[in-house]
Amino acid sequence: MSLLEIDKLKVYFPIRKGLLDRAKECVRAVDGVSFSIEAGESVGLVGESGCGKTTLSRAVVQLIKPTSGRIIFEGEDIANLSEAALRVRRRRFQMIFQDPYSSLNPRLTVLDLIGEALDIHSLVSDAAARRERVEGLLKSVGLDPSHAARYPHEFSGGQRQRIGIARALAVEPRLIVCDEPVSALDVSVQAQIINLLKDLQQELGVAYLFVAHDLAVVEHISHRILVMYLGRIVEAGEAKNLCRSPKHPYTQALLSAVPVVDSESKRPRIFLGGDVPSPIHPPSGCPFHPRCPIAEARCKTEVPLLREVEADRAVACHLVT
Amino acid sequence: MALLEIKNLQLEFGTGPKPARAVDGLSLRLEAGKTLCLVGESGSGKSVTALSIAKLLPTPPARYVGGEIWLEGRDVLRMSPRELQGIRGGVVSYIFQEPGASLNPVFRIGAQIKESLQYHRPELAHDSEVIRLLRLVGIPAPEVRLKNYPHEMSGGMQQRVMIAMALASQPKLLVADEPTTALDVTIQAQIIELLRDLRQQLGMAILLITHNLGIVGDIADDVAVMYAGQIVETGRVNEVLSHPLHPYTRALIGSVPRLGNHASRLTAIPGAVPRIEAFPQGCRFHPRCPDVQPSCSLQAPELSTVGTFRQVRCPFSSTNPSTL
Repeated sequence: MSLLEIDKLKVYFPIRKGLLDRAKECVRAVDGVSFSIEAGESVGLVGESGCGKTTLSRAVVQLIKPTSGRIIFEGEDIANLSEAALRVRRRRFQMIFQDPYSSLNPRLTVLDLIGEALDIHSLVSDAAARRERVEGLLKSVGLDPSHAARYPHEFSGGQRQRIGIARALAVEPRLIVCDEPVSALDVSVQAQIINLLKDLQQELGVAYLFVAHDLAVVEHISHRILVMYLGRIVEAGEAKNLCRSPKHPYTQALLSAVPVVDSESKRPRIFLGGDVPSPIHPPSGCPFHPRCPIAEARCKTEVPLLREVEADRAVACHLVT
Repeated sequence: MALLEIKNLQLEFGTGPKPARAVDGLSLRLEAGKTLCLVGESGSGKSVTALSIAKLLPTPPARYVGGEIWLEGRDVLRMSPRELQGIRGGVVSYIFQEPGASLNPVFRIGAQIKESLQYHRPELAHDSEVIRLLRLVGIPAPEVRLKNYPHEMSGGMQQRVMIAMALASQPKLLVADEPTTALDVTIQAQIIELLRDLRQQLGMAILLITHNLGIVGDIADDVAVMYAGQIVETGRVNEVLSHPLHPYTRALIGSVPRLGNHASRLTAIPGAVPRIEAFPQGCRFHPRCPDVQPSCSLQAPELSTVGTFRQVRCPFSSTNPSTL
């Protein structure tokens, strides 16, 4: 049994207009996505801004209610649970957010920021045990335990992200959803955080859903990668293999955009014209066809389905055999 | 004569017995039509250096305690307010990290670009020139787009508008302060490509500020690496990237995640940039340096010249392993 199984998940946001406040159209942020995560595995989710990756990650931890589809976590469908039932189960899955500046309450000390998670799930009996547990968590994410009395503004961006990680770890989750956890950080600090997440995974066996727009970052931490475009998964496969031989033209373009230092390993760059199209009026047929360098006539009419093209590789493209 | 020459710039913030020295003896040179990248982590002083070129930092709290900034043969630090007004936009234009925060949300983008034209080339403040500029920066359907408000555009499009606005005054130098940091990698590649194109078409010089050495190789002629208010290494971009001499440069290069690199760990730089009021004694990088020697904490190294265009601030650079 997989730790997490997502089955045909859809998240639509209605756009209400007019006198009667009727939903006329909707944004199809996530449009029929299925995948699974095994225990202790990290799955990377890549795509440009607006492709629905943040909505998907929030739906997984039930911060957004899905429109339809099932989210089976440890064998139980959590998509339709009551708030009270959900709260108990939230101990098993946690989230780390993108912006370490706005995701920590500036009026709480680090002790309370992390201790709050312990209080909610009644994991500690008294104040001394609480302090001891918080100091242990700070140590495990590479922070000085004596800093527990400080406030968030006294820390740098990288250190704040470590606090966010410690807070997620406090309740001993089996799955952590990381939504662009390193995008707001300097490259030098990015590497620290990625290494930390990898170490913690080895130590604790926690699974990650790691969301980012930079494939090089995702490749480093993921066992498997899902590439998302306009609410759908367009390619999925084993991480190293997918980065070595991308099949979908969108994955190829994403890979070629990754900045590289040494000129020898530089790939010819594939420039994608324009931006991700509007998910209110997605293009007909393959949603990628207006930007695709190899699109044919049938790409404009037929929607390609995600299908297995070789062992451990699924692609949604008519032209990949 | 170089278009821009900064000589021994010393910039402080605050007063009292221990003012914070954000830039300490920085020298740079940029020829007309060339691109120089200034690289370093947050807090290394690269943005305040860039803002100093048009003296955009309010004084106080900033204080220029020494040095000269020569722009087209005139010292910016000794200019009158009227002269400064002339070079801002006229000689040097800026684009910043968050295009959404730099654009005025209540005016259409066409009007905002026209405002820039009215200041610098009033005879051309028409829609037709705005459309030409928007087309120049690669915005599709500019006739329609100039009626858009900033919130109706994506981040990449907003950054293109910022570039169009910066170009309206036909500057000789474009200062781009982390122009792609807030953008997706795909859009980042587009914007870097656009800057490179524009430099070739218009012959303007670019000073690009970034913390990611990965984008430097795509656009720069020269690169200067900054740490804790000082330049630690400078040289031709190919030489610096293929044979970095300073341990900090090597560490920065190593921290860029590489595709197909099967090493299990990224090389991170331990710790963080020291706080401005607490720069370490001796070499400022020594507490984080992987090749630290006993003498590093005692004596502050000088920037020494190695080769024609190359300078490095590390006495052990010749003995350090210069492999990637």
